[in-house]
Amino acid sequence: MLKNFEPNKIFSITSKAPKYVLFFFIVTISVGLIEALILSPEDYKQSHSVRIMYVHVPAAWLALGTFSLIAVLSFVIIVFKNKSFILIVKSLAPSGLVFNIIALVTGSIWGKPTWGTWWAWDARITSMLILALFFIIYILAWRIYGEGDRANKITSMIAILGAINIPIIKYSVDWWSTLHQPASISVFSKTSIHSSMIIPLGLMTAAFALFSILIFLMKYNTELIKIKNKGLDRL
Amino acid sequence: MINDIIFMNGYGIYVWSAFSFTLISFSVLYTVIKVQLAKEKIKFDAKYLTLTSEKKQAVRSQEVYKGILASNSVSKI
Repeated sequence: MLKNFEPNKIFSITSKAPKYVLFFFIVTISVGLIEALILSPEDYKQSHSVRIMYVHVPAAWLALGTFSLIAVLSFVIIVFKNKSFILIVKSLAPSGLVFNIIALVTGSIWGKPTWGTWWAWDARITSMLILALFFIIYILAWRIYGEGDRANKITSMIAILGAINIPIIKYSVDWWSTLHQPASISVFSKTSIHSSMIIPLGLMTAAFALFSILIFLMKYNTELIKIKNKGLDRL
Repeated sequence: MINDIIFMNGYGIYVWSAFSFTLISFSVLYTVIKVQLAKEKIKFDAKYLTLTSEKKQAVRSQEVYKGILASNSVSKI
């Protein structure tokens, strides 16, 4: 099954998919922005500042999801010596870092009217900052060590080490007393957000996920063509 | 109505800054990756055109190279 992820086999899909993903992204983000900025109601406590949630929360979810995926695939690369995932993990990192930065910056902007401060060294915010540092170290490691077994090992170890931070981010609001509010949406319990806010949040999350896929596909194609360029040199 | 959307009871500056930052970040990342992809395609085209006809034949016989050639401008030459 893992052989289905070999670059040579999936290039026919990754080279054609971006234009369709871009189309769906533009449609989804347009509807999402109208919902988030105009149609959704203001909060009775936070007033209109609650709208920042529609960019802050999806960005944080995708940053966490992307790093988790990189860590799981890196584990497969290290344990099963599977090389098909190397291009995939390498191509996931840029969008993950950008989502992490968006989560930090929009969180900071949201913090000013809500908490009265741009920044607080509380557990959730600090652990998200650490995740951003792991993304930066991960991307830099690929740049420094280039390609080959050494690069694969070092980057995989960084991703696996960084994965320790994922549960800390998730449960930081429960384990410590923080300025950051606890999770309002949970898979296992009843959500505390009204349905009129769930719709724009869902749309914006879908749009962000589509953007993440778009960047992943374009980066994947870039990395693959780079490898094939080297192949032409060897002919 | 328009004023409500722009000023949002005094929160407009925060909301619009957050959304603007997000969309600008998206645009920058998309442009950077698009430029990187275009550069690699140009490099590939340039290298391909310098190959001898036998080597070109060998390249075209491989599925992934065929895919790259199909998505590049060189295939239209």
